[in-house]
Amino acid sequence: MKVSKPARFWTLAPALLLFAAVALAPIGELAAMSVSQIDWVRGHAQWRYVGLDQYRRVIADALFRAGVVNTLIFAVGGVFAQMILGFALALLTTKVARGRVLYRTVFILPILVPGIVIGAIWKLMYNFDFGVLNQLLGLMGVGAVDWLGNTATALAAVIAVDVWHWTPFVFLLMLAGLESLPQDVYEAAHVDGASLWDELRFVTLPLMLPTIVVTLMFRIIVGVKVFDEIYLLTGGGPGTSTEVVSYTIFRRFFTEGQTGYGSAMSVVVLFALALIFVVLQATTQRRAAVA
Amino acid sequence: MKRRTDAIIAIHAALIAAGVIVLFPFVWIALAAFKTQISLTIGEVLFTPTLANFREVLTSGTSDYLANYRNSAIVAASSTLLVLAVSTLAAYSIERLAWPRWMVHGFLLGAAVFNAIPAITLVGAWYVGFRALGLYNTYLAVILAHATLNLPIGIWLMATFIREVPRELEEAARIDGCGTLQMLVKVIGPVVMPGIAATAILVFIHSWNEFIVALNLTARQTATVPVAIAKYAQENETKYGAMAAGAVMSILPSLVLLFFAQRAIVRGLTAGAVK
Repeated sequence: MKVSKPARFWTLAPALLLFAAVALAPIGELAAMSVSQIDWVRGHAQWRYVGLDQYRRVIADALFRAGVVNTLIFAVGGVFAQMILGFALALLTTKVARGRVLYRTVFILPILVPGIVIGAIWKLMYNFDFGVLNQLLGLMGVGAVDWLGNTATALAAVIAVDVWHWTPFVFLLMLAGLESLPQDVYEAAHVDGASLWDELRFVTLPLMLPTIVVTLMFRIIVGVKVFDEIYLLTGGGPGTSTEVVSYTIFRRFFTEGQTGYGSAMSVVVLFALALIFVVLQATTQRRAAVA
Repeated sequence: MKRRTDAIIAIHAALIAAGVIVLFPFVWIALAAFKTQISLTIGEVLFTPTLANFREVLTSGTSDYLANYRNSAIVAASSTLLVLAVSTLAAYSIERLAWPRWMVHGFLLGAAVFNAIPAITLVGAWYVGFRALGLYNTYLAVILAHATLNLPIGIWLMATFIREVPRELEEAARIDGCGTLQMLVKVIGPVVMPGIAATAILVFIHSWNEFIVALNLTARQTATVPVAIAKYAQENETKYGAMAAGAVMSILPSLVLLFFAQRAIVRGLTAGAVK
């Protein structure tokens, strides 16, 4: 089909323009700020070139390191639990004929709710004095637990919130994937006398692999970005036990007003994640193609 | 046969238990919204419902909640329209206007990489840049930021939907002398309308829920609902009742969409993940 060249350009131009102005230009600006010491004097920025000093500070920053470790634990641990639970729930749902739409409606709800509201909800649930969790423990005669104020439980508590928030998303994608699988393969497996376990291991899982991989990527990307719930529930504490990279950048750039230093940290995180994403994308696409 | 019925009952029991775990926290915060601060802090289970929290959030002089609601609506609606327009054009361009393959792959990869980057890494630069342009604390700044953050998902979804449109449809129109804009408005648009609706709902909800950009690019006049809720939770003494009332009212648009447009929401969330 013949296509006019001008049409090709003006249809893509707005997207390129928006990306250039609101994504690429700011990244350039970040790079410039990251090699500077910026002091705000009466609302005006005073720039001083400092080379790579800010980057050296990022690498040595204990808070940043804690943030990286916690973000990894948060994303990997949370997503792992969500994948297992979401897949199991979806599998169960496909086994029942009645009530599927109702279950789906209920499970979609958390996906649509603002992270801040999720935080508000669990701020009430986890409260030491009057939270419902401690009330239930009290009924069972167990002492109250300071879920968010204790270094032993705080990270697990915010991961649990994330699992509650996002298992429904995994469920939804898995359910859609399972419902789209060809039924004749199952009939063949049934005729061959395959057990339920064999069916899961040799039919369902291999066929679901592409959906599982895509869901995993979606979830890890969003998991690494976590901010809202941490902001509301723990502020990174107690100590550094729930500090995550997004929160460290926010703290350094906005709370402490370290413009140059916050920019260097942003650049490090931005390029590290972009690189990790490209590598993951390349490897998973090859995997999916093989399967 | 008996064993099979038992299994089905067990499955329903498990799913209902999961449903209760999902719903209970929502019920709990909804109840909290109707409790007085005292009733809340002593952990009353049986309580006399009061509208005091809603009254405080909606009408007290110290609360801007209604203005926040209006701000959220303006920002979410505008950024959604911008994403729809820009991403539909771009998706049509890369799917149907015979760009070289490397160009299409490069563009999509770039968008996907951008989507993987946490917003907070850009918020600092936006803050400094928008301030320099005099756009700090304006709707435009938040709208542009939200639109750009949602552009990858918009392009991804619209490309998926446009790909499903039969090419014959376009060829026939092309022979009749249809130009590109006409083609989009009169041929492609109507066919992908369900896809556009799904994309619109998803992007609207993303923008409505977004916190970190709104927190740092707005001040009192332009603050959105999540920023307002966070404020109740962050003040020296957490206003639990007001926080709960604000939270409950903030999810009303999503609830309405869930009941009237569930099909579109599911389509938007699952498109591209399931082939």
